[in-house]
Amino acid sequence: MRKVLVGVKRVVDYAVRVRVSADKSGVELANTKMSMNPFCEIAVEEAIRLKEKGAAEEVVAVSIGPKQAQETLRSALAMGCDRAIHVQTDIRSDQGLNPLAIAQLLEKVVEKESPDLVIVGKQSIDGDHATTAPMLAELLGWSQATFAARLDVAADGASAEVERETDAGTEVVKLPLPAVISADLRLNTPRYPKLPNIMKAKKKPLEALEAADLGVDLAPTLVVTGVAPPPDRAAGVTVESVDDLVDKLKNEAAVI
Amino acid sequence: DEDTGVATCGAGVVLADLDAFLRDKGFCAPLDLGAAGTCTVGGNLATNAGGVRFVRYGSLRGATVGVEFVTADGTVIDCAGTPLRKDNTGYALPQLLVGSEGTLGVITKVALAVPAAPSSVGVAWLACDDFGAVRRTLRLARTHLGEVLSAIEFLDLPARDAALRAQPDLSDPVEGGSFRVLVEVAGSDAAHDDEKLNRFLEASAEAGAVLDGVVAASTTKARELWRVREGVSDAMSNAGFVFKYDVSLPPARLYDLVDEARARLAGFELDVAGYGHVGDSNLHLNVCDATGYNADVHETLEP
Repeated sequence: MRKVLVGVKRVVDYAVRVRVSADKSGVELANTKMSMNPFCEIAVEEAIRLKEKGAAEEVVAVSIGPKQAQETLRSALAMGCDRAIHVQTDIRSDQGLNPLAIAQLLEKVVEKESPDLVIVGKQSIDGDHATTAPMLAELLGWSQATFAARLDVAADGASAEVERETDAGTEVVKLPLPAVISADLRLNTPRYPKLPNIMKAKKKPLEALEAADLGVDLAPTLVVTGVAPPPDRAAGVTVESVDDLVDKLKNEAAVI
Repeated sequence: DEDTGVATCGAGVVLADLDAFLRDKGFCAPLDLGAAGTCTVGGNLATNAGGVRFVRYGSLRGATVGVEFVTADGTVIDCAGTPLRKDNTGYALPQLLVGSEGTLGVITKVALAVPAAPSSVGVAWLACDDFGAVRRTLRLARTHLGEVLSAIEFLDLPARDAALRAQPDLSDPVEGGSFRVLVEVAGSDAAHDDEKLNRFLEASAEAGAVLDGVVAASTTKARELWRVREGVSDAMSNAGFVFKYDVSLPPARLYDLVDEARARLAGFELDVAGYGHVGDSNLHLNVCDATGYNADVHETLEP
């Protein structure tokens, strides 16, 4: 394969305890640690491994977001990507920027770059939509394999075999390239960016484009009307006897 | 008190609970140690606990603003009533209690000056050739990271190996050298701190102080690196009978004690590990005997 395109997203760090903003319109992002979406990290790792195996010549990372998305792209470059593309927009991806718009923007990047394979994370940990990959594949008219736990690209670069996670276990699918793959947890364990690569990353090319210039309608079709934290857990109750337990399970918890 | 940044709590409050409570309000505890989930704030004060953030927040003697304690005859002495950040009236009784280990009284209430919680934390894991390189890395960290340096810890390979054996899901992401150094930066501006961290790493690599290194890009990965460092103590304790020494030494001689111990114990089959807070000149020397307590080993270590 000549080129692999990897989508990465800057989200609230996985370990951060999020807070709802005072006006309940969304999650408070000010002063909050942001990192690369964990599934995007896995996607980047897989793309770099393909390059290291000789299955791909070039890995390009793309991110859609505000200026700080460039930091996420630098991380991707530090892991080993060759080039990065930043599609600049200040519309928040957990608010006004919908997966459909993102898929359409990625479609424009694909048209520009002509990759043989697109790998993205299965979902982002802020929106949890898991729709960008399937929508992108549909817009491009390409095959898709989502929730990938294993990816093998054929030696001739014309097809790929993917073992994908299902509710009942896994299934193996074979698909022609070019294709869109979405990465799931078991696909790999992402590497730590190493010192020499962190230094090199600063000099790798990063191209910035304006989302508004790409001819995509960015108006939201989904609107977030409110965000609230989950209700506090009620205190537990100690029961005095087995009869009491059975009574509560039957009449209060209604599980038997 | 969110204006003065002073937190008052009962001595029995668990350090991790205090930290969680403070973080909800944008502050954090001025110390952190492996035992944070079980140790009490009163106990921390009574022992003048150091921990891994000493290099950033200093000693509890500085952070303690007030203390309430009970003397042996039952008198309650309250120096925590209205905790003021600056109080030069009379002798610094609270400071006397810090580190007094129960010999002057039992601490019942504590007032601590607590820092604002950093919103951005970055961790780097480095491989150094020898202890001289570790010291050069420490100096470079102080020069380049300055006020955002929040922790700098070192481990020798036996310490690292013990931690990895006890936590098989972890691995060492760097290779080479005889030491590992964990550097943590914490501040309120991620871009600024990352820039400083990268400049420090570049300088360390150019100076030849660091052979290899990685940076944790997310909090999850940062915690994995910390788990290696924090896992050493328990790993050594669970592997046999362990002699633990917590010593302060001049930086130039900090690791000499470990080399000397290894040399003197050469006749025995032991796991000798050195690790600790290199920024505070504080070494933890652990000698582990998998076969159990051996009086000869004891005699050799403490003649």
